[in-house]
Amino acid sequence: MHVSIEWLRAYVDAGLNAEQLADKLTRAGIAVENVIYRDQGLDKVVVGYLQEVEKHPDAERLFVCKVDTGTEMYQIVTGADNVRAGQKVPVATPGAKLPNGLKIKKTKLRGIESIGMLCSAEELALDEKTISPEEREGILILSDDALIGQPIAQTLGLDAPILELELTPNRADCLAVINVAREVSAITAKPLTLPAITVEEKGQGSIEGQVQVAIEDPELCGRYAARLFTNLRLGPSPAWMQQRLQSAGMRPINNIVDITNYVMLEMGHPLHAFDYNRIAKGQIIVRRAHQGEKLITLDEQERQLNPENLVIADPEKAVALAGVMGGLETEVTDKTESILLEAAHFNPASIRRTARQVGLRSEASQRFEKGVNIATVALAMDRAAQLIEELNVADVVPGTVDVYLKPAEERVISFKVESINNLLGTQIAGTEMARFFNNLGFAVKWQTGQEELEGQVTIPTYRQDMKDEHDLAEEVARLFGYDNIATTLPKGVTTTGQRTWPQTVKEKMVQTLVGSGFREVITFSFINPRHLQKLKMTAQPEEPAVIALQNPLSEEQGILRPTMMAGLLDVAVRNASRRINDLAIFELGSTFQPRQLPLQELPIEKAKLSALMMGQEGIHWSGKPQSYDFYYLKGIIEKLLGTLKIEKVQWEAWPECPFLHPGRSARLYTEDGKERIDIGYLGEVHPDVIEAYDLSGRPVVMELDVEALTALAQAKGYYKALPKYPSTDRDMALILPINVPASKVEAIIAQKGSKLVERWQLFDVYQGNQIPEGYRSLAYSLRYQRADRTLTDEEVNKTHDDIKSALTAELGAQFR
Amino acid sequence: MREQLEQIRAEASRTIAEAENSEALQEWRVRYLGKKGHLTQVLRGMGKLTAEERPILGALANDVRAALEFMLEEKGYQLKEAEKAERLTAEAIDVTLPGQVNKMGSKHPLTLVIDEIKEIFLGMGYSIAEGPEVELDYYNFEALNIPKDHPARDMQDSFYITPDILLRTHTSPVQIRAMEKLKPTVPVKIICPGRVFRRDDDATHSPMFHQVEGLLVDKEVTFGDLRGTLLTFVRQMFGPDREIRLRPSFFPFTEPSAEVDISCVICDGKGCRVCKGSGWLEILGAGMVHKKVLEYGGYDPEEVKGFAFGMGVERVAMLKYGIDDMRLLYDNDMRFLSRF
Ligand SMILES: [Zn+2]
Repeated sequence: MHVSIEWLRAYVDAGLNAEQLADKLTRAGIAVENVIYRDQGLDKVVVGYLQEVEKHPDAERLFVCKVDTGTEMYQIVTGADNVRAGQKVPVATPGAKLPNGLKIKKTKLRGIESIGMLCSAEELALDEKTISPEEREGILILSDDALIGQPIAQTLGLDAPILELELTPNRADCLAVINVAREVSAITAKPLTLPAITVEEKGQGSIEGQVQVAIEDPELCGRYAARLFTNLRLGPSPAWMQQRLQSAGMRPINNIVDITNYVMLEMGHPLHAFDYNRIAKGQIIVRRAHQGEKLITLDEQERQLNPENLVIADPEKAVALAGVMGGLETEVTDKTESILLEAAHFNPASIRRTARQVGLRSEASQRFEKGVNIATVALAMDRAAQLIEELNVADVVPGTVDVYLKPAEERVISFKVESINNLLGTQIAGTEMARFFNNLGFAVKWQTGQEELEGQVTIPTYRQDMKDEHDLAEEVARLFGYDNIATTLPKGVTTTGQRTWPQTVKEKMVQTLVGSGFREVITFSFINPRHLQKLKMTAQPEEPAVIALQNPLSEEQGILRPTMMAGLLDVAVRNASRRINDLAIFELGSTFQPRQLPLQELPIEKAKLSALMMGQEGIHWSGKPQSYDFYYLKGIIEKLLGTLKIEKVQWEAWPECPFLHPGRSARLYTEDGKERIDIGYLGEVHPDVIEAYDLSGRPVVMELDVEALTALAQAKGYYKALPKYPSTDRDMALILPINVPASKVEAIIAQKGSKLVERWQLFDVYQGNQIPEGYRSLAYSLRYQRADRTLTDEEVNKTHDDIKSALTAELGAQFR
Repeated sequence: MREQLEQIRAEASRTIAEAENSEALQEWRVRYLGKKGHLTQVLRGMGKLTAEERPILGALANDVRAALEFMLEEKGYQLKEAEKAERLTAEAIDVTLPGQVNKMGSKHPLTLVIDEIKEIFLGMGYSIAEGPEVELDYYNFEALNIPKDHPARDMQDSFYITPDILLRTHTSPVQIRAMEKLKPTVPVKIICPGRVFRRDDDATHSPMFHQVEGLLVDKEVTFGDLRGTLLTFVRQMFGPDREIRLRPSFFPFTEPSAEVDISCVICDGKGCRVCKGSGWLEILGAGMVHKKVLEYGGYDPEEVKGFAFGMGVERVAMLKYGIDDMRLLYDNDMRFLSRF
């Protein structure tokens, strides 16, 4: 909402300049985003009279003008071809610095001296949408009654600053200048003078019998009022009205349209003028549209309607889309003789839906959407009638039609001074509160015997946002001044802030990864569904169930991620395109899995810790850098598990994962009795996927289930007595087929050595010389030890041999 | 014999100075003090001495031996020190070469800011609550006093999945979830950081961004307490010199509501490009919890009151780190992330 200071001053003189007023309003909750000064750079631009316009002797497209500015006569050369002798135009005199930065000085154009410049609307920085298309072309031609020599800002009404209001949804009342004025009056405690509305009905006959109104759907239209005007004398509206419309960002059209717009801006009531003779039988029916009903609107578009839309109709056809846009057929034109003026209240939600459906949000529909004051519908219509009469636009036919089905009820709110003070933490006296309410136009009545302690406030109809005592408290607070409320701290019992165990575990995990050189990334929770193809997830026997957004901004953000991989790979791709090929990244976020489709309830949101590594550790002068491969990332996972004190994790090959290298992918899990808890997976990205993402490296990735890790994590380690008896170390090197996993060897060591083997360690894996093709050698070091006694050589030898025999018997191991 | 002994002492003392390393010193020891050394040989002649001479020369011989041994020890120590010094010199390295790998990684700047906010409120006795990113219309709107067709739904165009399920447009639904869980216990003191989603994508809006929500419900809570809490937070977060300014505003779930500005962190309130010359930066929305919201949460608004506040993490991060383009936060460029 743009409100000119000049317009506001007509109703209340706050005695403040624009900046001061803006600050007061902002601090009282009517935020002024901006104070707009339209006269900057116009101080040396004045109204000039074109005494002579001649062709330039040496240039076909140039004209030489003699311009009278009252005190001087300038010779000015212009290229615009819309200038004629006898017109009045804006003249930038020497020394002017126009809004676009152009400095005006004496110059020569094709040999002829030119002093000053004739200005176009654009050069004066006029708001394009407030002027007609003709005015946008060439030099701006001023009206004949413009005063020669007058500063142009004054002539065009550009000298008053404009307040750009950023209104909150509850203060839609301030979409009317008089209500902004009420607010200014309340804040500054200065008197308010609103226009007195009286209509002199000088027209012939009576509206009775000529106009009938029927509301078929009271839910969607609570009030509809109409007036009739005859002998329309279409023409321009007066300059003061045009300038006020322009100050609010609207374009003057003609006197009747301008008056409806003026009243809308002034009082917040959109009005609509119909060509009365085109309304069949003078009958207005407010009804829902029929399915498939058509209406050509003012913008010459044919609209397909449905029963969701409210229309204004006559007995034959729809004539307007209620509150959103009029119909072309009943538009007021220069042939129109009589006018039917509409003022109404429509259901805000219905208007909102219809405006969205047709993609049209006008000044009028915005006001209806936010709810106009139903009580003053007829008053606004009378205000328009008053202006029509005063400006001699048409004859006012006596009488009004006013179908008012749901009269506004007077709202009375009870309040206690003490509870308002308790909510705010203030000690404001009852008399002071009453003064605030009175300034706002709220009538206060104290309860008998409870004067200045308890009372009732009657709310004027234009403040529909006032519903209960808390609303009153806010009014008190903002007029008292939010910043005058003393700063205190809550008095309740002391509490200790503490992280929950899952929050602590998350923090530990993040710290471990950060400490291991990973950088955290944050990617969107929604992804492009095409990732599923790229990740080969659609090629699985069963396509994963994914959750699609109904109204994504683009396909790129079409579905909720079922896996974190898409985001991480995107980050790898983006960085690779910037020649960053070595990276270690992680993200802690959620994946989404529907419980059913379409969703009946919230989906499963699983917190995941995912990571991607690609390339190698930073290059170091001391030698070959470690490359980020499967075992590197596996080491990181082991470190993570160690940090969380999670033991007994099992690993298994997982060739089925569609987006991982079938020979280089694993799942990790634990078995608690019979229950298997999956922790996550690790693997090298499948070559097909690498190709699909156009990556050159070989990324390795992991995705761990945070909930599983949290459930398994231990808060602290347990102390076990340190061994008192000596240990014996024995090594074994076994040769096995390559496809026998180390985990099987270790399972046998664990089983056969359970009584004596305290721990073991794999210290070498070897393939090559002396080892047959298809085989490899694994070397283990076993530590024999017991807590209760010293082991004998015989015992150790026997167990060591038992383990060896079992390895040979069960896995075909040979020993070196 | 006396001359012989004196001669040995003089010669030994001369030659020991010539020993340049421990091997030479070892040779010197053998030569003078060894079983076949000079001193031993001289002493072998002791038997030929008279009874008067023997004790005198014996004492002298012991004297010379002690002197030689002292020399040996002294020289040995000197040589060891010299050799050590030599080794240390030889072992010197170029300390300006880069250190060995395993560099620290980093948290995302948004996480750093959220961490900082968490720490401040944990210190004030708040707990951290979490809620789902996919939310029911009921929690996101209805229970926050934003019924269907409420104009406030305009302020936050939402991503829907079904008519009743959407991506949360703010972290405020966690207020209701927290109250439902804790009712009728007081106080409720939580903050909730998290991702939120709105249908906006331009230079200053991202369709996904982060908020931190705060809620306190207790028997006696005032608007002044809200001011005090926010002032404490702001000063810890942005420095002890910061001031706050509260402006009346509107949120359906609070009444009275306020926008909270802090004095500009760049220009200290004098006015600059970042604060558009006003000296103030808007960073928080806040207010007293609306009666209806308390009721939806399962509390009796006659018995308890509450305040709530919320802030955009991106904005705070940009102010704190001087980031001028919000899109950098979601670009995940390693060069950018490595700054934090
Ligand atoms: Zn500043």
